[in-house]
Amino acid sequence: MLKLRPLPTGTPGRNDGRRTASAIRSTRRQFLASGASAAAASALVAAPPALGQAAPRVVVVGGGFAGASLARALKKADPRIAVTLVEANRTFTACPFSNLVLGGLRSLDQQQFGYDKVAADGIEFAVASATQVEPGARRVVLASGSALGYDRLVLAPGIDLDWSGLAGYTEAAAEMMPHAWKAGAQTLLLRRQLEAMEDGGVVVMSAPANPFRCPPGPYERASLIANYLKTSKPRSKLIVLDAKDTFSKQRLFQNAWKELYPDHLEWVALSMGGKVTSVDPSAMTLTTDFATHKAAVANVIPPQTAGHIARIAGVADNTGWCPIDPVTFESKLVANIHVLGDATIAGGMPKSAFTANAQAKVCSAAIVKLLAGEAPSQPKLINTCYSIVGPNYGISVAGVYVPKNGVLTDVQGAGGVSPTDAPRSVRAQEALFAEGWFNTITGEVFG
Amino acid sequence: MMNEERFQTALDGLAAFLGGGMGARRLWLCILAFGATTETAMAASPEPPPGASSCLGCHAPRRVDTAVPPLAGRQAADILAQMQAFKSGQKPATVMDRIAKGFTDAEIEAIADWYARQK
Repeated sequence: MLKLRPLPTGTPGRNDGRRTASAIRSTRRQFLASGASAAAASALVAAPPALGQAAPRVVVVGGGFAGASLARALKKADPRIAVTLVEANRTFTACPFSNLVLGGLRSLDQQQFGYDKVAADGIEFAVASATQVEPGARRVVLASGSALGYDRLVLAPGIDLDWSGLAGYTEAAAEMMPHAWKAGAQTLLLRRQLEAMEDGGVVVMSAPANPFRCPPGPYERASLIANYLKTSKPRSKLIVLDAKDTFSKQRLFQNAWKELYPDHLEWVALSMGGKVTSVDPSAMTLTTDFATHKAAVANVIPPQTAGHIARIAGVADNTGWCPIDPVTFESKLVANIHVLGDATIAGGMPKSAFTANAQAKVCSAAIVKLLAGEAPSQPKLINTCYSIVGPNYGISVAGVYVPKNGVLTDVQGAGGVSPTDAPRSVRAQEALFAEGWFNTITGEVFG
Repeated sequence: MMNEERFQTALDGLAAFLGGGMGARRLWLCILAFGATTETAMAASPEPPPGASSCLGCHAPRRVDTAVPPLAGRQAADILAQMQAFKSGQKPATVMDRIAKGFTDAEIEAIADWYARQK
């Protein structure tokens, strides 16, 4: 088996990219299938299997926790695959832990990572925006007009803010009432506003209905803003207006608020009139069905959708999010396109960085199998999300997931939140593990 | 696969041709080492068992600043024992008790074996 079989050179059949025709290009399939044994033979005698053959091409759009993880996992799993990562920014700013920046407990540069190590893995890093996807031709068009062909496309675009989802909340309004739901300039803007606010000013936050990025995020943020007010603006207060009656880690948060911030944080549930129906940035007001709240500082976390390119590619359904196969993360709407992370409808799995990273590794293994014409393995996935409620006070939620009836489903009897009656030593330990998690995941994805 | 005897003969010939004190055994080792790196560099790596890839979200594959211990290279029996103690609730934990309960004994064994083989 030292000699490679000659490979068929037929033109791959064009199709419209829909489910009926998801055949893998036979040349590339055989490339990978024969490659494994060929590479196991001595390289002294055999020509490298990649010579004279087209390597399978995987294009990844989006260089966050999902996309960058996928690109690296795939290249590591099979270096013969040509992986291109398309990302508009040269620096990634991580959302997890950015609430600590808002709370004055961390600097934004600790949130920022470059792509040097990603590129050093042999991944082609294209600093560009993807503007169009042609599933039939299997091409991604970039803003420059150039196009990238793919055998498999992975879209990991994260979220877009839904600028039509809340009356009065436009991109211009976000400069007055920051969302800070994409970390970076918005985070710094909201931080500066909090710092500049007079002691005694009222901070008002609007939390959206489900689904949205980082389910416990608004409540971690509320905690850390309250912590800042308590320590630096003791006459001020935060009011959280919520479009929900229940939220992630609710009892843990509410117990902690009672204990730590009884005078600095008020949560208004949907059933108590918490849903914000419109905002007015010039008046700095947020209006619900029952009242109009005047804010010294307003943080509006608006409704969200899957990132733009997912909707352009046709992989988002009428909910604005992307249904996926829970084994391969391939779109249920368009063949040969996989979707990862916050943009997906992932059943029980929340929109978290841990989830994005875990999905990416499973998707990578599935793509390797699919390119080789083999059946992907049934995966199992874990999510663990930490929230920091105050200094040395961490809480968590965990879950284990398997594909069941076409969606990712919680394994019964596993997962759940930190115990409500845990001593402070456990909260301190979880805060420590939270920091360790951030260092580990950013190390795996960008280090 | 390669006919080992013929390959050895070829090696002996090559070693003799190269001379310079490099015996067939040493050359053989070189080629083995080269073959091993080539294989990892060029072939698809074996797929981790279900659930294993998620562990790296917290258990760093290389040295980073974290209180969470690494898994790679640990004894399989050690990982297995810890996971079973987490699963049964014998060993106090923050999240690992909640996670371990989501895995069967066979899955835990496969994960333990996998990480024991990783460097």
